[in-house]
Formats: sequence, C-alpha cells, structure tokens
Amino acid sequence: MTARRVVRVLKQIGLYSAAAAFTGLAVFPFYWMLVTAFKEDNDLYVAATMRAHIPWIFNEPPTLEHFQYLLGDTAYLAWVRNTILVGAAVVVITLVLAVPAGYALARLTGRWGERLGIGIFLTYLIPPTLLFIPFSRVIAVLGLQNSLWALVLVYPTFTIPFCTWLLMGFFRSIPRDIEEQAMIDGYSRLAAMRLVVLPLAVSGVLTAAFFSFTLVMQEFVYALTFISSVGKMTVSLGIPVALFRDVFNWGAMMAAALITSVPIAIVYNLFIDRFVGGLTAGAVKG
Amino acid sequence: MAQPNEAQPLVQLAAATFRRRTLADREGVLGRLLLAPAFLYVILVVGVPFVLAILLSFSAARSGSLSFSWVGLSHFSTIIADPQFQLTLRNTLVFTIASQVLVMILATAAANVLDAAFFGKRAVRMLILLPWAVPVSLAAMSWAWIFDSTFSVINWTLRASGLFQGWLYWLGDTELAMIAIIIVHVWRTFPFATVVVLAGMAAIPLEIREAAVIDGASFWRRLFQVNLPLLLPVVTVAVLFGVVFTSTDLSVVYLLTRGGPYNSTHVLASLAFQRGILGGDLGQGAAIALFLLPALVVVAIVMLRLARRAEVGA
Repeated sequence: MTARRVVRVLKQIGLYSAAAAFTGLAVFPFYWMLVTAFKEDNDLYVAATMRAHIPWIFNEPPTLEHFQYLLGDTAYLAWVRNTILVGAAVVVITLVLAVPAGYALARLTGRWGERLGIGIFLTYLIPPTLLFIPFSRVIAVLGLQNSLWALVLVYPTFTIPFCTWLLMGFFRSIPRDIEEQAMIDGYSRLAAMRLVVLPLAVSGVLTAAFFSFTLVMQEFVYALTFISSVGKMTVSLGIPVALFRDVFNWGAMMAAALITSVPIAIVYNLFIDRFVGGLTAGAVKG
Repeated sequence: MAQPNEAQPLVQLAAATFRRRTLADREGVLGRLLLAPAFLYVILVVGVPFVLAILLSFSAARSGSLSFSWVGLSHFSTIIADPQFQLTLRNTLVFTIASQVLVMILATAAANVLDAAFFGKRAVRMLILLPWAVPVSLAAMSWAWIFDSTFSVINWTLRASGLFQGWLYWLGDTELAMIAIIIVHVWRTFPFATVVVLAGMAAIPLEIREAAVIDGASFWRRLFQVNLPLLLPVVTVAVLFGVVFTSTDLSVVYLLTRGGPYNSTHVLASLAFQRGILGGDLGQGAAIALFLLPALVVVAIVMLRLARRAEVGA
C-alpha cells in the first residue's frame, strides 16, 4: 500500500468516526428515552453502583406497562388534545395575519416595507422571558388564567413575526412576471394574489403552518406561567411538570417524551432546509 | 427584444379601460391594508406588554392586587445589591458564553464533516438535527434522568470503564450542576448552528474552494483562511440566535435544577420566574428580566447591520 493510500484510508476512518461521534452525542438522550420507556421497573431502578447490572441494555424483557399507565392513568391524552386545539387555533390566526403581511412586504411596500419586515422579524427575538411577567398581569385582567385561550392569545406573538418573515421570502421567490401577466389578463392585484400567487405558494404556507405548530408544541414558559390545572396542560408542560410528582415515574415520563418527540422530529427534518434558508437569507444573500 | 416591452403598457391600458381600477389595484393602500392586521397584533400583544414590563419594574405591583404604585428605581437598587442577583447575572453570562463557544467549535466541526461525502450522510444529518426539533422541556427531562443522583448512566459507565471510580452528584453539586446545564444547552443548540453553518458553506462559490485546493492550501489553512472568513456572517447569525436562545432560556435550568442546589444555578429567567410569578413580586421579577434587554439590543443592532450589508451587497 502506498503512503498516499494509507493517508486516504486514515482520512476516511477519521471522517466516519467524527460522524459517528456527533450522531452519538445528538442521539444519546433519545436512546435513553427509548430504553427507559420499555424497561421493567426492576430493571430500571438498580443503583448505578451495581457494576454487574448493565443499564444500556434490556436485562429483562421489554414491557409496555409504562405506556399502559401513561394512556390509562394519566392526563396524557388530554394534553395531546389541548396541544392540538391550541396549535390549530394558533396556526389559523397566524396564517390569516401573516400570509397577507408577507405578501405585502414582498411585493407592495417597497423599501420601507423591507425595513418594516426586519423590524417585525426582530420582535421574534423578544423572548418570552421578558414578557411573561407583564403577560401574567394582562391575562389576569382579561380573566384568562388557567385557560387555553391565554395560550391562543399569546402564542401568535412569536408565530406571526416568524411566519411573516418566512412567507415574505417565499413570495419573493415567485417570479413577478406570473402575477403581472395575470393582471394584464384583467385580474386585480388582490385577485392575482389570491388566484395565481397563493396556489404557487402552497408549500410555503404549509411550511409556515408546520413551524407555527411546532413552535406551539415546544413552548414551555408561557404554559408554565398561565396554566395551573393538570387537565388543561399542553404536552410540553404536562410531561415534565405533572408526571414528575412521583419520583419513580421515569418510565412513563420517557414513554411520553418518546411518543411525542418522534413524530415532530420526523416531520421537522422535511422542513428544516426551508427554515434555515429563510433565517439566513439576509446573511447569505450578500 | 424590445417589442413586448413597448406593447405591455398598451395592453395594460386596454385592460384598465375594460375594468374599472378599484381599491384592489392601488398598491400603496393595498400594501398597508394587508400589513395592518399582523402589524396591529404584534404592536398590541408584544408592544404593550413590553412597555408594561418596563412600567412594572418601577412599580410595587404584586400579582394579587391591581395597584400600580410608583417606586422608582428601588427594585433596581435592591436587586443590584442582592448577592443572589449578582450570582444569577454571572451564571447567565457563564452559561451563554461557555455554551456558545463550545457550540461554535462543535458546529464548525460537524458542518465540515457533513460537507464531506460519505455513506449514510442523510441519515446522520437527520439524527444530528433531533435535539433541535424536539420540545426542549421533554429533552431536558431525559437529561434530568441521565443525571439522576442514584441511577445516572454516566456514573455507571465511568465506573464500569474504569475511568473514574468516584461518584458524581450531577445536579446536587454546584459546579457539576453548572456543567450539566452547559452540556444540555450545547447539546440543544449545536444542531441548529451546524445546519446554519452548512447552509453558509453551500453558499461559498465552488470556484473559490477549488482554487484554494489547486493552490495547494492544506485543510487547516483552507478552514481558517478561506472558509471561516467567508462564513463569518452566517456564523454570526448562528451565534446571535444561540445567544438569544441560551441567555433567555428558562426551561433547562428550571427543569434540571429549579435553580438549585441552594439557588446556585439560577439564571435571570429562572430568578425572574421565582420572584415574579412564584413569589408574586411582579415588579422585582420584571426588573430582573429587564437585565436581559441590553444583550438583546446589541443582538438586534448586529442583525440590522448584517441585513443592511446584505442589502448593499445585493
């Protein structure tokens, strides 16, 4: 073997081990969810000082008892329902407001619109941490404490700026000629947008809807601040807060985390490139 | 081909005579109308609470009553003199800076790996993204279980492999708890930074990269003198997002340690929650949270500059 060949093989080994290391780091907590969710309690709660008992594998056959407990004896299904209800309402509000706004910023408002677009995007950076205290006051005044409506009202504060920005990028990527042609053919600007541009932007609108929904699923701080009764929690609040009461409840908690995470993670991967494209548009364009 | 350009206004004119121009055609007005609902929502539901946050920090508001008595700067002087607050401010800085430095190193390395061609690349990319996609509160619970004081798999593995025979009380020891929090922050934000850096690498013209290879630049030289300088704007975006998400995060600290042991791992967000919501002292909570504002303003300014530079460059 020539020296060059050895170097190439070594490089390949380095590449694959680096890829494996990064994957291992990213996946480890999910592997741990998986193992924990299906383990018998006897197998789970063995002190880590017992060297003979290997925690990485199933020492006893896997069990579904944590899933049965989760679905039968906890409010998990109510949390799923609450999350879907809030998510659906927020997606509708967001799209109704952000689609026209994104279109206006992309086509109709010119230079001041561009500035305004950046301004709207910057409000996405105002974190819940800065707002949850005044919101708790506002929510109390409106009488919405411990109500899902509080979340429906507040969540669009981060989904609208985010989706407006995302949709602005989508509308910009659609050639102007198409709607100009439609207007020449006698459509008004509004009709051209509704009948010609929107059908072309379906994938963009779907992306915005999907990200609004995942942002709702991920939100924790507002839910923690506004929602106090177990039956009204969302998944991201209920699983860590309501399932934590019993110390030896890790099996059920990891089972819940697993069946909630997997669907999001799969769909997320389908959309991530559009998301990054939208975020970095400003920096990469130059 | 000049002909279509000349013909177009004529056609438009013809169309316009057939159909009266309505509101739906006046672009300036229409633009404002379409933008107004979203704009009003943001102003009302972000702007008003934001102003309220500043007002609250100067008032003696408590969660029970609706009174709004003005106390001036007294919350600020109280918290600045409070050793707990000083520690909290320091923790916030430490967590943010330490995790973002690690994230940038990891993300640049991971992006370079994913930029190379190898078998199973798509699967690796998908798996690396998992930590960012999953709700942070669920991932934090998985870590809390991994760091458990009795059943920690890390401790078992360290012992079984003979690397370390002692016992690490991950979330029960001040320094270990801080390390644990940084680990979770790094784990959570590096995938996103990786994807952003990767997108930036894809945008570097191939000719430049090839020229560097042809000129015989080594891997490290290409990394530090060609790729990284060109990546700087994109890396900045990733860092800024990382800073915002890490410095303002409540969930990781709250779910891992509740600010403990002995309130040693509090960050501004968790202390504001403890004093403002749990303790009911809205005014002081608001004042604590406002200390995040200067950092956010800096981030916003840098973002605006980047955006403007892109505008000029385009």
